[in-house]
Amino acid sequence: MRMETQLCFCGKLPWWRSIVTAALVLVFLVLSGSQRANALPAFARKYGLRCSACHESWPMLNYFGQKFKDNGYQMMNDRDAPIWQNPGYWPVTFRITPIWHRVSTGKVLIDTYPGTGSATPNGAAIQRITSSGFDLSGLDFHTGGTLEKNFSFYVLPSSDPTASFHFETAMARLDNIFHSPWLNLKLGKFELDNLLSEKRILTLTGNGGVYQVYHFIPVGDGNIFGQIGDNQLGLELMGHSVDDRTRYSASLLSSNDGNVNLIMGANSYTGFFTASQAFDAGKLGVERIGAYAMVGEAATYYPTSGSVPNVGAGIANKSFHREGFVGQFYFGPHVDLQVVSQHGWDNAWFGQGYGNPINTNGDGGANCPSPGPCLPNNIPGTTLPVGSQAPTWNGILFEPHYVFSPQLILIGRYETIRMSRQADGSAYTAVGANGITGPTPSSFGNISTYTVGFRYNPFMTSRAGFAWHNEYNWLHQDGTGPTLGLGTTNINTSELLMGFDFDF
Amino acid sequence: MRTSLLKWSLGLSAVAALAFPIIASAQLTKYDFETRMNMESHVGNITGHAKDGAADYHRYCESCHGVRGDGNGETAQWFDPPNFPKPRDFQLGIFKCRSTPTGTLPTDEDLFDTIARGLDRSGMPQWSTFTKQQRADLVAWVKHFSPRWVNEKPGTPIQIPPEPEVTPERVKAGKDVFARVQCWKCHGVTGEANGPSASTLQDDLGRAIAPYNFTEGSRPKCGETDQDIYRIFMTGLDGTPMPSFADNIKPDEAWDLVFYLRTFMAGQSKEKTIAQQLGLKPVDPNAPPPTQ
Repeated sequence: MRMETQLCFCGKLPWWRSIVTAALVLVFLVLSGSQRANALPAFARKYGLRCSACHESWPMLNYFGQKFKDNGYQMMNDRDAPIWQNPGYWPVTFRITPIWHRVSTGKVLIDTYPGTGSATPNGAAIQRITSSGFDLSGLDFHTGGTLEKNFSFYVLPSSDPTASFHFETAMARLDNIFHSPWLNLKLGKFELDNLLSEKRILTLTGNGGVYQVYHFIPVGDGNIFGQIGDNQLGLELMGHSVDDRTRYSASLLSSNDGNVNLIMGANSYTGFFTASQAFDAGKLGVERIGAYAMVGEAATYYPTSGSVPNVGAGIANKSFHREGFVGQFYFGPHVDLQVVSQHGWDNAWFGQGYGNPINTNGDGGANCPSPGPCLPNNIPGTTLPVGSQAPTWNGILFEPHYVFSPQLILIGRYETIRMSRQADGSAYTAVGANGITGPTPSSFGNISTYTVGFRYNPFMTSRAGFAWHNEYNWLHQDGTGPTLGLGTTNINTSELLMGFDFDF
Repeated sequence: MRTSLLKWSLGLSAVAALAFPIIASAQLTKYDFETRMNMESHVGNITGHAKDGAADYHRYCESCHGVRGDGNGETAQWFDPPNFPKPRDFQLGIFKCRSTPTGTLPTDEDLFDTIARGLDRSGMPQWSTFTKQQRADLVAWVKHFSPRWVNEKPGTPIQIPPEPEVTPERVKAGKDVFARVQCWKCHGVTGEANGPSASTLQDDLGRAIAPYNFTEGSRPKCGETDQDIYRIFMTGLDGTPMPSFADNIKPDEAWDLVFYLRTFMAGQSKEKTIAQQLGLKPVDPNAPPPTQ
């Protein structure tokens, strides 16, 4: 009987089964058709390769994708110039992520009321605040590729969730100068040559969606310039071997943390340098180790006009540096581990809050911007409090991945940053920029954070990217929680996030 | 009763007669399948295994070459010959870039090198980012698509004699070879891929194909060294109109032709300087071909 059903459709099916069958076929056709109807990620569409060719898991690049990027978004197959593309080709990709998330902050200072209907608080309490709901990420308009063979570009107008736009990236690059992959020159605003790219991070939560070591600033420190995770304005010379096993880059950057209109120092620059070497490890894969260093100086004194600081005229430069190692270790086709370490050092002036021009007051308080924080200005004659010293810290992140298939990746991350020297040393007696009177506790501002999650791409074509994203992040910071009196308390925050991350 | 027995006997005989080839075929198919799935490649001291190459093929190659290796991946429809040749159909077991005589299978090294080198002027990028083991595994996986690898051995690589010194005489002799074997009919008298036959060329599957333009500065598909160029016209590019000239050109003459072809190519070269000093003119397509 069963064989008859399978082999012969000549029997009479009940009418409802025919309708159900037809409906299922229709649904299947619509669903399969809808996948193909998505619009096109720029590079996959241009070259006909799936996302997985260049991405370990979109958007994180794999080795081949890194080589493609290093070649100036070129396959080097003599068909990279736009002249070879259909004139209708437009290298644009949009990316946005609708999400649901639950954010929990362990300690928040809350006003308390006497219970008489009074609108005036009569006290304060510390409690956990948890909020959840549906939300939206910003929108990214990615456009990039080649203007001609060996002339590449990338422009990324990016908005926050309220559609307020800025230029996250805007650069042009001369590739393979003198036909040499060792000479590539980039000008504009761009992501620093970090092997572990934060712009291609696989996590999306508020604290887990960034690499903490790329942005760490000691509490109260005024140096906003040394954030290697922020796109920067400058010039980059980059080179690599033909197979990309060996890479280097050297960048000259304005010490303005990527902000436009020359609002920072009058004459302050930063250098960023990377070098790495990859090795063929047989069945394990290609292993890469590298190092980076950021060395720069930035203004601490913004001359005032009528007690209002002239941003862009900053002088009295002070120095800072960050350096560390990067490792990309593969253990076969499924498991890899990304490692980044960092040692940071800021001049003692930054440690006391000098540097950031945006919130700097002109005269020690009278023109304190609102909202604060109100940062000091290194006006002539200023001296550092006794006991001031250059803050230093050490950080490391480990990010293991389990790539079940190109369509499913499990992500984990552990990051920790430990202050090794506080700006307010043992002889310090004043109120520091971090709000603490006297020496700062040695662990103050330390960070530990865990992130776990997975991304599942239900389809994989050369046309669009879609990931069902799930993530949990937990962050702990020593001493920065609110208090109702003297002393410090630690603070924990966590976030659970689920969303559809897609580009088209 | 006897009639019934006879009917049963005839029926069973018929069933057996039909079933035997099916079962035999199934056995053969199973053997063939297992043989293919256990396909190996050997490159130096590295052994590639087909099964180990499947995941990388899925990740990197399948969108063009297809799940079945038939060159009909999801993006193949967008490749527009001759500017963008269609992806290779691995089931046919026919490859352009070989060190082996025309009509024979390439060596594992040939496929191994092709993966890393890529094919200029096509959608095939340089996959030099793979480890050697990954490439060897992919070679084995590519081989598993075609029954040719089960039934045939690769050809024996052609011998390439040591490269002689470039001399004006050799460059001039190369021009004679170029005229005699009528390279210009496709590649043009100045190597600009504008010969009288250029626009009519098709590959074995009837798709438009363009001859190599020596002057535009791109790399020849199967390698850019002098040895590679020598190998290309002595083995031919199977599946394309580019034949093997192994029977028409002696090894020494082949080097002359390499030197002459170098005079077309972009950038400065010793051959180009010699051609300029000699005042070498392009071959005259109307002149009778020089005799050997």
